[in-house]
Amino acid sequence: MRSSIRITVNGVEHDLEVEPRRLLVHALREDLGLTGTHVGCDTSSCGACTVHLDGDAVLSCTMLAVQANGRSITTVEGLATAGGLHPIQTAFHERHALQCGFCTPGMLMAGAALIEGNPEITEAEVRQGLEGNLCRCTGYQNIVDAVLVAARETARA
Amino acid sequence: MATIEHRPASGGIGESVLRKEDAKLIVGQGRFVDDLVLPGMLHAAFARSPFGHARITGVDRSAALALPGVAAVLTADELGIAGGVPCASNPTGDTRQPRQPLLAEGIVRYCGEPVVMVIATNRYTARDAADAIVIDYEPLPAVVDGRKALAPDAPLVHGQYPDNLCCTLRHETDGFEEAFAAAPHVVRSANFNQRITPVSMETRGVVADWVRASGEVTLYTSTQVPHFVRTFVAVINETSESKVRVVTPDVGGGFGAKLNTYREEYLACAASKIVGAPVKWIEDRSESHNATIHGRDQHQQYEAAVEADGKIRALRFRAVQNNGAYLQLLTPSISHLTVFMVPGPYAIENISIEVRQAFTNTTPTDAYRGAGRPEATHGLERLVDEIADELGLDPADVRRRNFIEEFPYTTSVGLSYDSGDYGTALDRALELACYDTFEERRAEARGRGRYRGIGLSSYVEVCGLAPSAVTKAIGISAPGWESSTVRMHPFGKVTVITGSSPHGQGHATSWSQIVATELGVPFDDVEVIHGDTAFAPYGLGTYGSRSLAVAGAALYRSVQKVKEKGRAIAAHELECSVDDLEWADGRWSVKGSPERGATIQGLATSAWVAANLPPGLEPGMEATTFHDPPNFTFPFGTHVCEVEIDPETGRVEVVGYVAVDDCGNVINPMIVEGQVHGGVIQSIAQAIFEETVYAEDGQLRTPTLVEYQVPSAADLPRITSDRTVTPSPVNPLGTKGIGEAGTIAACPAVVNAAVDALSVLGIRHLEMPMQPHRVWEAIRNANPTGAAR
Amino acid sequence: MIPTKTAYTRPESIEEALATLADGARPIAGGMSLIPMMKLRLASPASLVDLSGLAELTGIAMDGSDLVIGAMTRHREVAGSALVRAQAGALADAAAGIGSPAVRNRGTIGGSLAQSDPHGDLPAVLLALGGSVEVRGASGSRTIAAADLAVGFLTTTLAADEMIVAVRLPGGAGRSAYAKFHRRAIDWSIVGAAAVIRGTTTTVALTGMAAVAVRATGFEVIVNAGGSLEEAARHAGDGTRPAEGLDGSAEYKRHLAGVLARRATEAALAR
Repeated sequence: MRSSIRITVNGVEHDLEVEPRRLLVHALREDLGLTGTHVGCDTSSCGACTVHLDGDAVLSCTMLAVQANGRSITTVEGLATAGGLHPIQTAFHERHALQCGFCTPGMLMAGAALIEGNPEITEAEVRQGLEGNLCRCTGYQNIVDAVLVAARETARA
Repeated sequence: MATIEHRPASGGIGESVLRKEDAKLIVGQGRFVDDLVLPGMLHAAFARSPFGHARITGVDRSAALALPGVAAVLTADELGIAGGVPCASNPTGDTRQPRQPLLAEGIVRYCGEPVVMVIATNRYTARDAADAIVIDYEPLPAVVDGRKALAPDAPLVHGQYPDNLCCTLRHETDGFEEAFAAAPHVVRSANFNQRITPVSMETRGVVADWVRASGEVTLYTSTQVPHFVRTFVAVINETSESKVRVVTPDVGGGFGAKLNTYREEYLACAASKIVGAPVKWIEDRSESHNATIHGRDQHQQYEAAVEADGKIRALRFRAVQNNGAYLQLLTPSISHLTVFMVPGPYAIENISIEVRQAFTNTTPTDAYRGAGRPEATHGLERLVDEIADELGLDPADVRRRNFIEEFPYTTSVGLSYDSGDYGTALDRALELACYDTFEERRAEARGRGRYRGIGLSSYVEVCGLAPSAVTKAIGISAPGWESSTVRMHPFGKVTVITGSSPHGQGHATSWSQIVATELGVPFDDVEVIHGDTAFAPYGLGTYGSRSLAVAGAALYRSVQKVKEKGRAIAAHELECSVDDLEWADGRWSVKGSPERGATIQGLATSAWVAANLPPGLEPGMEATTFHDPPNFTFPFGTHVCEVEIDPETGRVEVVGYVAVDDCGNVINPMIVEGQVHGGVIQSIAQAIFEETVYAEDGQLRTPTLVEYQVPSAADLPRITSDRTVTPSPVNPLGTKGIGEAGTIAACPAVVNAAVDALSVLGIRHLEMPMQPHRVWEAIRNANPTGAAR
Repeated sequence: MIPTKTAYTRPESIEEALATLADGARPIAGGMSLIPMMKLRLASPASLVDLSGLAELTGIAMDGSDLVIGAMTRHREVAGSALVRAQAGALADAAAGIGSPAVRNRGTIGGSLAQSDPHGDLPAVLLALGGSVEVRGASGSRTIAAADLAVGFLTTTLAADEMIVAVRLPGGAGRSAYAKFHRRAIDWSIVGAAAVIRGTTTTVALTGMAAVAVRATGFEVIVNAGGSLEEAARHAGDGTRPAEGLDGSAEYKRHLAGVLARRATEAALAR
């Protein structure tokens, strides 16, 4: 009752044998050791598990690993490049956009997708775009500001 | 791997230094409990009660045991553990403390109570096995409302007691009734401070590793209080404290819910011992809504005897606190904290208080951010607005007229407020909120079909519960001190070990700032470690906004000890008296000859080399302090909220929010502001969105984050925060605490604003959460013809 | 959090998919409803057939005067489509507001209609627009009109061996809009209203007022007779008995139905 899948994660190809019911987030965390992606709920409510699937933000806990077969995934571990941190990572640090840090990977991935190709995004759009990501520490204000800073930074880069 | 550079500022006290904690967390290299993997580790899952109250008539484990990969299926019988989850609180001396067994024994008393524990090779199999267990229940009558639980005919939660009363807290000043009768006006107010689910983004989780050969136990757990957990694991699991090591890796939020010890911590240890392998359990979110403590759930009634000018002469407070089915670590003390804060920031000399605590068939309640103080503040601040309303006064004036003005001030419940300047914070908040021009905004909104209102909340809270003699006197068997170790290494780098146990508060950064300033070493030369009982001196943990006021003071004192040791070495090396030395910029030097001196980092090297120390002085440069402060601290402030209400839908939207807080001296303003943001938003969430709801039969109606309404950025406003600074005299840093101010202050500001908005319709009160349907119904009931538009 | 054991296939042809369905597999589209149900063990399909490999089920195009949208087209693509905006504005509105961006990146129009959640937005939109779904099954193809698709809570007239392959909407409904009310941005609608104006006729359908989407007949009659929107709003919920819940009473929801029917109609009129 196992399926063979091939997924590319952060640019590296992996062959895995998984139960069809295995959630993508468990394949990432437990089979590949990429524990940066977190599980915060079981109802697609919190966004802590957000990763990029072929560039789109998706919930890795609301997806079976087998559904990702043949696809390319980026996790928070793959957000920075050889050239350095993604602007949103720097902005989260500089704007104090994290406290406990548990929601942070999902916020970063959701935020990075949100600002991609959208450097002039407004505060209202950022707030709306983060509707699926819960944070219990920060009150969101610094997260929203960090995403806006990163968006502008992306335009300059 | 890319990394971030720390800001190379001096990193001293008072600067908004960027956090050291962030570097790993923004690249996915945090280490939370669920990230840990030990060799041979097995996974636990639980079969939990689907009933609020039932008798267990049979457990059939055979299908679970038949599943490949199942290592053990444990009931209370297999565990054979006589102890129960501890409660460290007995505020009355005769507080009923029913035993909370680790697994249910014959009776389940709330929905989600664990009955059977399964251990299997992975979490998938463990879940399958837990679901395969057949448990027969005979449902029993349940009671979920605290007031109904105290009615004479209520079903009994614990059959060994004649009723559901846990304890009654009472306090009354002499001559109260006469004072009450003497005032010309009586204003009454009632509130329900609803039940709340804490929802740290990381649920609870444990990895227990009981090494049978040696008897050593290591428990990795997501907690705010690692040392408490160690102590009680030793007691409940019947081993030696010195055999137990508790490690808290990164912790994804706590908010009081992890200021506790839980069944699963003891159970994982016991199971690891039984199966001979490490055992991991990670709480599912929907499991967490039943299995982790809830907060609040207090019904309140106020009666104030007031003068025509709004001066409160006497205050009567009656409340029922719903404690849930069992007592957790501090359950009975939470409403005791309410009792202490009933008079709030006001000089109310005559007071009468009675709080009855009830057992019900619900998840236990305990500390949730604010812990008792939000209840006191909400009720009082609603009352003050009702006084203003009834007497036709400005709510700001009523507050100002009642404020305590001289400090220290001993309140009618016996606390000694350390310092304060309430009027200045109020004035600043009103100024920032443009209070004077509000009516223009109200009128403009009305033109758009919206009702706009403004609300105030002035608060004082109590942090840093200490000294320990006092915590004991109020029935808390945990002390109030905190520990620190400052260790200088051979080349002068510094390791700080703190007994507090942060989970997002930024201690590594703030503590480094304290050391940078007080020891004169570079910020980046300081590392802060915490949360491992194997190397940390006993610490009480992080809760109650205590860390900076108590642990910060402990750190300050350890730094002074190290500095003084350096002074002795410097005097010896420079061949002068210690009295001839002066301290500046991390260096001891001879007064009048600044070139003759030695840096503290160089002196650390001397202490390590130990070749030329003063006679009798030990080598090494390290100090540990256990600091027990002389008093609590009392932060305060005023918040102002503006809301707009759409009368067609009943939606309440916060459109303006100003927080002016005074937490004494500030180490890192950026971190303080972050605490305010988070606290205020969490409290706005309580005011408008969140409520934990039970059906009459004990079923939880808010079992997931779909029903339980934690709001996102899309649902919430920006806030403006500012501070006044009134240092606390009770600790050398002059700090007070900020972690809970926002959750204490915001609810009444939001509700007062909403009531103000709708006051033109004759509405005098709104219950939390002010969800759209409730507000619409209030509007309809107040004004049946005008609701549609 | 843990689904029960299941089998899985991802066929590359519709025929193969239909054969798997005929063997008892449950179709999975975006999985945005099904996977959470599996995680909470409210659904335990013995096997799944993943329709994401069927390229012919995606896409948005005109077929004559009809707008045809492949069943596996994601909400995000529907929401962002200029064609949808021009031909069926209410659908664009609704698709843009489903769940969060991550949900819209996976969830599909066909999956959402087949799920038939009483608080889902798309059934009401389909009903107001007078659309239908094209269905294929082991016994052939058929078309199911919007009014005939949903029959109860999470229940449709789709046979177990059938699947939606496309959604067909009469075009020319640019003057249409969807208005909804929910507590949090991410929540399902408590009540939603889709309003479509064709010529002088206004059609309104409601979400959240029954186990399935329903027409706001009382509202329509008054508006189409030339009555005011305010008057019509008072009758939008006539005859409905919405479920009472933590999100409000039946009376509140009937009131919301009127507010939203009016707001959706005003928005459609403004287009």
